[in-house]
Amino acid sequence: MSGVVITVDGRPVETSADLTILETCREEGLDIPTLCFLENLTPANTCRICVVEIGGSRALVPACSRRVESGMQIKTESERVRHTRMMVLELLGSSVDLSLTPLVDQLMDRYGAAPDRFDGGATVEEAPTIDNQLFVRDYAKCILCYKCVQACGVDAQNTFAISVVGRGFEARIATEYQLALPDSACVFCGNCFGVCPTGALIPTTEYEMRAAGTWDEDAQTVTRTICPYCGVGCNLDLVVQDNRILKALSPLDHDVTSGHLCIKGRFGWQHVQSE
Amino acid sequence: MDLRLMTAEPTAAERDAVDKVLGEPDSGWVGGLRRAVDGHAAVGGRSIRERRHQLLPALHAVQSSAGWISQGALNYICRRLTVPPAEAYGVVTFYAMLSTTPRPPRVAHVCDDVSCAVAGAGGLKAALERKLGPAGLGTGEVTWIRSPCLGMCDQAPAVFLQLAGGHDWAIGSAEPDSVVSGLVGQTPAFETGDSSDLHVSSGGPLLARVGKESPSDLGDYRAAGGYSALARAFDMGPQAVIDEITLSGLTGRGGAAFPTGRKWQAVADAAGPRYVVANGDESEPGTFKDRVLMEEDPFAVIEAMAIAGWAVGAEKGYLYIRGEYPLATQRLGDAIEQARVYGLLGGNVLGRGVAFDIELRRGAGAYICGEETALFNSIEGYRGEPRSKPPYPTERGLFGQPTLVNNIETLANVLPIINGGGQAFAATGTPGSTGTKLFCLSGSVNRPGVYEVAFGATLGQLLDMAGGVRPGRRLQAILVGGAAGSFVEPDSLDVPATFEGLGAIGASLGSGAVVVFDDTVEMPSIVGRIAEFFRDESCGQCVPCRVGTVRQEEALHRLIEGPPDGQVGLLNEIAAVMRDGSICGLGQTAATAVQSAVALGLVGGAT
Ligand SMILES: Cc1cc2nc3c(=O)[nH]c(=O)nc-3n(C[C@H](O)[C@H](O)[C@H](O)COP(=O)(O)O)c2cc1C
Ligand code: SF4
Ligand code: SF4
Ligand code: SF4
Ligand code: FES
Ligand code: FES
Repeated sequence: MSGVVITVDGRPVETSADLTILETCREEGLDIPTLCFLENLTPANTCRICVVEIGGSRALVPACSRRVESGMQIKTESERVRHTRMMVLELLGSSVDLSLTPLVDQLMDRYGAAPDRFDGGATVEEAPTIDNQLFVRDYAKCILCYKCVQACGVDAQNTFAISVVGRGFEARIATEYQLALPDSACVFCGNCFGVCPTGALIPTTEYEMRAAGTWDEDAQTVTRTICPYCGVGCNLDLVVQDNRILKALSPLDHDVTSGHLCIKGRFGWQHVQSE
Repeated sequence: MDLRLMTAEPTAAERDAVDKVLGEPDSGWVGGLRRAVDGHAAVGGRSIRERRHQLLPALHAVQSSAGWISQGALNYICRRLTVPPAEAYGVVTFYAMLSTTPRPPRVAHVCDDVSCAVAGAGGLKAALERKLGPAGLGTGEVTWIRSPCLGMCDQAPAVFLQLAGGHDWAIGSAEPDSVVSGLVGQTPAFETGDSSDLHVSSGGPLLARVGKESPSDLGDYRAAGGYSALARAFDMGPQAVIDEITLSGLTGRGGAAFPTGRKWQAVADAAGPRYVVANGDESEPGTFKDRVLMEEDPFAVIEAMAIAGWAVGAEKGYLYIRGEYPLATQRLGDAIEQARVYGLLGGNVLGRGVAFDIELRRGAGAYICGEETALFNSIEGYRGEPRSKPPYPTERGLFGQPTLVNNIETLANVLPIINGGGQAFAATGTPGSTGTKLFCLSGSVNRPGVYEVAFGATLGQLLDMAGGVRPGRRLQAILVGGAAGSFVEPDSLDVPATFEGLGAIGASLGSGAVVVFDDTVEMPSIVGRIAEFFRDESCGQCVPCRVGTVRQEEALHRLIEGPPDGQVGLLNEIAAVMRDGSICGLGQTAATAVQSAVALGLVGGAT
C-alpha cells in the first residue's frame, strides 16, 4: 500500500494508507486507550474511548477503525479528546462494575475520571447467570463492547449463540429468549470469554476462586504450549497457580487461530490434574 | 453456517402467516415436507441466506396475525431464512411494535410526545388507565402503551392502533371513547380514510395536488400532469437530470441539508449495481410532512423515485416507511401496484426500455431507523444500528452497494425541478435555501398543519399562517427542527426559517418541525419528555449515547426537581461527550434541545 504523510500532534508522520490511526499511533509509540478493540476482531466502534480529533471533522473519530488518509491532521490528546475519554470512563464506571477490568484505574487517573459524580444513577446491575459448569456470565460487568458477539459469530466461531438484545440502555447480551446456554447453540468454545475485556464472561474456576479469595495473580504463571487434541496446532497459554491449571487462553498473534480455541483446548485439561 | 435452532414449533396460523410472505417452503431443509432427495442433498445455502432481508417482513406478518412473536414462530422464520435464532431475537427486541411476550392482540399506542402533551395527552392517558388498566397491563383483548411522536401532531393527541388479526389504524384528536371504540370496534376500511381534517396550505408545487386530486387514482394523477417529469427526464438523459438538480441548489430535507445534486452525482459515478432508497421513516417529534405527501400524493413519490433511479443508474428502489403509518402504507402499496400495471414501474418504464421497480418496506417502531445506515441494516434484516461512516452510502450503502438515499420531501422537489428547470427552482426562496419548504406547525397554534412556503418566511410569519396562539394566550417558546432541534423564544420571530437564517442564531431547520408552546405549557415537562425520548430511542451501540442519554435525563430531572446544584455543569459535560463521541446523529444531537432550553431558562430558570 502506498505511503502517506499525516500529522500527529503537530509532528509529520510517514505511514501506510492501509493502516488505521490506532496502528499508526502505536507504531509511533503513542498510547491510545481502547476497550472494544481487539486485534483479532472486526472493530465494533462502540466504546469511543479511542477517539481522536481530526482537522475538518465535526465529531471526533475512532482511531481503532478509521484508516489514515494523506494530509490528516490528528490530535490524540486535545482537550475535546481528553474530555470524551474522561466521560466515557465516568459513564461506564457509574453504570457498570469495572472491578475486573484490567488497567481501568490507571485510565481513570490518566483522564481524571470520577464516576462517583453520577452516584445514584441507573446501572446495569443484575445477578450473575450461572447456567452451565464451564463459565459464568456476570452481565453487571458488561460494557457492551460487542466483542463476545463477534467472536461467537463471523469473526471466529460462526456459532451465533449470543446477540445484542433490546435497545438503548436496556440492551444486553443474550441468547434467544434468554435460553440457558446449554439449550442454545453454544458449543462452549470459550472464545467469548477469551475476548471479554471486563471479566463479565469468566471461567467458573476463576469465578469461584475469586469468590473464595484464593485467586492470586501474583502466584500465577503462564505457560505456552500446544493443544494436544488435533492437528490444527493451536497454541495454549495455560494459567497456573499452585501447580494447578486454572484456565486456558490463546495468544492473539497466533497465525492459525488468532487467539481462538475450541472446547477441547479451552476446557479439556482437567485430566492433567486427575489423581 | 452451523445453524442450531430451538425446539419450538409454529402454530398452523403462524406458519401460514410466514408462508404468505416467504412463499411455501420448497424442501425439508427449510421447514417444508421432506422430499426423498433431501436426505442426500442440501438445497439452499447461500441462496436462502441471501433472503435474510425478508426477516422484518416475516416478523411483521407474525406480529400482525398472532399479536406477538412466539418461540415457535421465530424458529420457523429462522429455519426458512437460515438466520441464527439469537440474531433474529436481537432484531425482534429492537423494535417497539414487535413483542416477544404474549400481549393482548389489540394495542393502542398513545402518543404523549411534545405536541400531543400540549393537546392533552396526559388527560387521555389518565382516562385510559381508568378504563383499561395501567399501560401495557391490559388483560384479555386490549391494552394501551405510551408512544413517542406518531407523526400526526396536526391531529394531536394521536393514537396508533396496532390490531392483530385486522389492519392497523391511526386516530387523530383522540378521546378516551374513540380510543376504546377503536380498540374493540370495527376498524374502518382504508377507503374511508379521508383528507377532510387535513390542514394544508400550498404556497408552491409540493402540495398543489394535495386535497384536490385523488391519491388512489393513477388516471387523476396523470390528468393533472403526472409523469410528465419522468418522460422529460428520459428525454434529457441521466447526466442532464443530475445537472438540473445540481443547478437547482436543492438540499436534503431529511435534516442534514446535504446538496442533493452532489449526492446523485456521487452515486452515478460509483460502480453498480446501485440502489435508490426513499426515506419515509419520519419519526422526528413534531414532523408529519412526509406522511401527508405519502398519503395524499403517493404517485409523485413513486415518479420521483423512478427519476432518481434513471439519473443514478439504479433499477431497484426501496421505500422505507415508518411502521405507524398504516394509511400511507396502504396508499403507497396501492399506487405501486397501479404503476406496475400501467408500465410506470417494471422492466419497461413508459415503454422506454428502462427498468425500475420499487419495494415498500415497513419499519417497526424505532426512530433510529431513519438514520440512513441504520435504515439499510433494518432492510437487510439486522438490528437497526447505524454503521460507522466512512464509507458513506454513496460508496457502500444498502447490501454494500452504492446507494442514493433521500428524504420523501427531497424527492418530491425533483418533479418541479425537472418540469420547470433548475434555474427557476433556484430563483424561488433565498440564495442559501432554494425552493419551497414544508413546515409542520403544531402545538399551541390555532391551525396545526403542513404549510408550504417559499424559503424566506420568518418564524413569525409561519406562526401567523397557522393562526397564531389562541386568544388570550402568549407565545412562550418554539421548538424548531424537532427533538434534535432547538428551542427559541419570541424574540426570534423575525428570524427567517431558512438554513442560513436559523444557523445564524445557532438553531437548525432540521426536518421542518415547528412546535409552538404558549404560556400555559409547563416547559420543564416538555424538555423532560425530549430527554426521555432520546434515552428510549438510543440504539445502545455507543457509550456516549447509550449511557449519556440516561445521565442527561437524570441530571435534568435533578435540575427540575432538585437538588439542582451543579446540574447545569454536568449537563454541559454530558452534552459535550455525546456531541463529540457518538457514532451517529442521534447521540450527536441528543443534547441540543435540552441545552437550548437550559440556556433560555425554560428549565431550572434560576440556576
Ligand atoms: C437519528 C436520525 C434520524 C433520522 N431520521 C430521518 C427520517 O426519519 N427521515 C429522513 O428523511 N431522514 C432522517 N435522518 C437523516 C438521514 O440519515 C439522511 O440524512 C436523509 O435521509 C438523507 O436524505 P436527504 O439528503 O434527502 O435529506 C435521520 C438522521 C438521524 C441521525
Ligand atoms: S462459548 Fe463459544 S459458542 Fe458459546 S457463546 Fe461463547 S463464543 Fe459462542
Ligand atoms: S460480555 Fe464482555 S465481551 Fe461481551 S459485550 Fe460484555 S464486556 Fe464485551
Ligand atoms: S449515537 Fe446513539 S443511536 Fe447513534 S449509534 Fe450511538 S448509541 Fe446508537
Ligand atoms: S476502541 Fe475504538 S471505539 Fe472502542
Ligand atoms: S403525534 Fe404526538 S407529538 Fe407528534
